Amino acid sequence: MNELQPSNSTMAEQVQIDRSIGDFSYNVDYTFDAGVGLTEETIDYICDVKKDPDWVRKFRKEGYKKFLEKPMPTNWASKDLENIVFENIRYYLSQGQAPKRTWEEVPEDVKKTFERLGIPEQERKFLAGVEAQFDSEAAYSNIKEAVGKQGVIFVGSAEGLREHPEIFKKWFGKVIPSGDNKFSALNSAVFSGGSFIYVPPGVKVSHPLQAYFRINAQNFGQFERTLIIADEGAEVTYMEGCTAPKFETATLHSAVVELVALKGAKIQYITVQNWSANVFNLVTKRGLAYEDAEVKWIDCNIGSRLTMKYPGVIMKGRRARGEVVSIALAGDGQHQDTGAKMVHAADETTSNIISKSISLGTGRSTYRGLVHIPKHLKKCKNNTECDALLINTNSRTDTYPAITVRGQGHSVQHEASVSQINAEQIFYMQQRGLSEAAAMSLAVNGFVNDLVQQFPMEYSVELKRLIDLEMEGSVG
Amino acid sequence: MKTLSIQNLHASIGEKPILHGLTLTIPQGEVHAIMGKNGSGKSTLAKVMAGHPDYTVTAGDVFLNGESILGMEPDVRARLGLFLAFQYPMEIPGVTIANFIRAALQARLPEDQELEATEYYAQLYAKMDALSIPRQFTARFLNEGFSGGEKKRCEILQMAMLKPSYCVLDETDSGLDIDALKIVSSGVNALRGPDVGMLVITHYQRLLNYIVPDKVHIMAEGKIVLSGDKDLALKLEAEGYDWIEAL
Ligand SMILES: Nc1ncnc2c1ncn2[C@@H]1O[C@H](COP(=O)(O)OP(=O)(O)OP(=O)(O)O)[C@@H](O)[C@H]1O
Ligand SMILES: [Mg+2]
Repeated sequence: MNELQPSNSTMAEQVQIDRSIGDFSYNVDYTFDAGVGLTEETIDYICDVKKDPDWVRKFRKEGYKKFLEKPMPTNWASKDLENIVFENIRYYLSQGQAPKRTWEEVPEDVKKTFERLGIPEQERKFLAGVEAQFDSEAAYSNIKEAVGKQGVIFVGSAEGLREHPEIFKKWFGKVIPSGDNKFSALNSAVFSGGSFIYVPPGVKVSHPLQAYFRINAQNFGQFERTLIIADEGAEVTYMEGCTAPKFETATLHSAVVELVALKGAKIQYITVQNWSANVFNLVTKRGLAYEDAEVKWIDCNIGSRLTMKYPGVIMKGRRARGEVVSIALAGDGQHQDTGAKMVHAADETTSNIISKSISLGTGRSTYRGLVHIPKHLKKCKNNTECDALLINTNSRTDTYPAITVRGQGHSVQHEASVSQINAEQIFYMQQRGLSEAAAMSLAVNGFVNDLVQQFPMEYSVELKRLIDLEMEGSVG
Repeated sequence: MKTLSIQNLHASIGEKPILHGLTLTIPQGEVHAIMGKNGSGKSTLAKVMAGHPDYTVTAGDVFLNGESILGMEPDVRARLGLFLAFQYPMEIPGVTIANFIRAALQARLPEDQELEATEYYAQLYAKMDALSIPRQFTARFLNEGFSGGEKKRCEILQMAMLKPSYCVLDETDSGLDIDALKIVSSGVNALRGPDVGMLVITHYQRLLNYIVPDKVHIMAEGKIVLSGDKDLALKLEAEGYDWIEAL
């Protein structure tokens, strides 16, 4: 056995880290993991357990080196990042180990939330961490089989790098180099979980592929790594996460998602995340769009203590298109630092950013955008729209739309708006018979309505219910 | 007899007392008018009854059909049948008129019951037609960018849809042109009936030619100083407020 494996007796305490703003915590008793803290040995341990090929071990170690070198992005975001204690974090928990936590230990309000969201019984247990897996094997294998006939590969990233190295290796870490930022470096060092998808030329996948159906095989990881490649003329939609709250014992989540849309391909990546209020969610997402290709991120962030996420598109080929549609909801004490990065790197490329944020109580939303159109390019277009809704006066919102446009003949539009729902407006709505929570839900749903319609049907219905629940929670 | 009854009401905003022992009873089936100088506390009375959080009631009580409502949230009072047409209606961005009224009606139904959409729209359109509100307005955000008169008409539309048992109309006639005044008045009159009590706050006797009140009250410095029939409004119009102060 490995000497990194701490004795069982200390496990339960060690999992209980940095929970100052935690929703709740459990005594989780893992019998097998990489221990706390991160050293080169931890990485070797992960590689050994996962039976990584040598090139992956090398990739991880380089990531680790860059993680140590890179400064915290304090110039960018809140000081709250300083509260992450890297030495206290568990970087790898082995798969399939059932956490010993019973349904009885799950708090009542959590159970109620599941009920209100209409989550099936079996999935509730999984989401609450009572069961390590839930039985969606059938749904997943159906999807896998259906798309497999078209030559589509839809597997976990671990299987992807083992079974399909020729495609995997070509693109892995190419869209987001491990040294892109401190957290992408960390992810590169310790990643596990996430999806690998390859869609062959000309294949249009008719149904969205859902990570949700794959999570039994490979849990939603703390350090997920997803790579999606749509070959020439291919089309695929991927959905990540679900509106159900995922109750986490780990406080740091740092995923990396890379998308590659080759000539004429289309990738749409949809995320709905609803983290518990103790989670730092620091994600790097970027897509590469070749000639006539399109990458679209639809991103919905609810919950977490701090989310930093700026999906990006590099438009590398002529007439490539990039789009980011995002909704962020910052509840009391939360900070959503989200936005988009659009890098125009070819003529006649088009990007579109629509961002809507909602701040509640002491919640805080920040939009951070970057649009880059260099001098030598011709006929590029960008449209940026960011709207903020502030509910009650403590809320704050900031907008940093860095748009650098050089050269001539480009078309750039930028619009920003801030609307307020204050006590007087809520009183007005209450006078008509709506409860305070219902009044706030109505205002929030109205505000995001046009974006929610871009979500697949079942997601948009869930999202509405989720907003209702958030508002109910916020008035206590 | 069912009534909306205000007993010796004292209320303050911050440290400042505004209502000083106001007593007034409005039975269902009657329309009462309140007139009074600017700043006498008319809107304050309306907002205190509706449960505005900024005001503190320091003494007295308000009973709706015999039940004290002062401890209730504003939405609970509303669902009990109290409606306030605001002097200055709020603009609500992102929420359309149609969705708003629908949500307000839905809030009055038991949780497992869904409002019937076709019937709802049929009713909404009928009431809008009666109030000469163009149908495109259903898709507009509530009061956002509305003219003064449009806002007032929209208040009456909500009132007509929600069918309250007690209505307080705070200067609904202000800012209306003469045609709109007639339309709004007939809208209000259509709601009159044995099961509805109304309190109409106004500065102008003219409104009371259209909405003929059963009683007229004069308010000064936070209480009712004189009550009478509709002729009181005429006298006030002719002679102003000075003679009351001399009383
Ligand atoms: N937030 C506040 N702080 C201090 N004083 C206030 C506040 N709100 C209202 N008042 C005061 O309370 C008094 C009564 O105001 P109210 O609006 O009830 O008068 P009103 O009779 O409706 O007048 P009008 O005919 O002009 O509508 C006024 O003197 C007003 O300045
Ligand atoms: Mg007034």
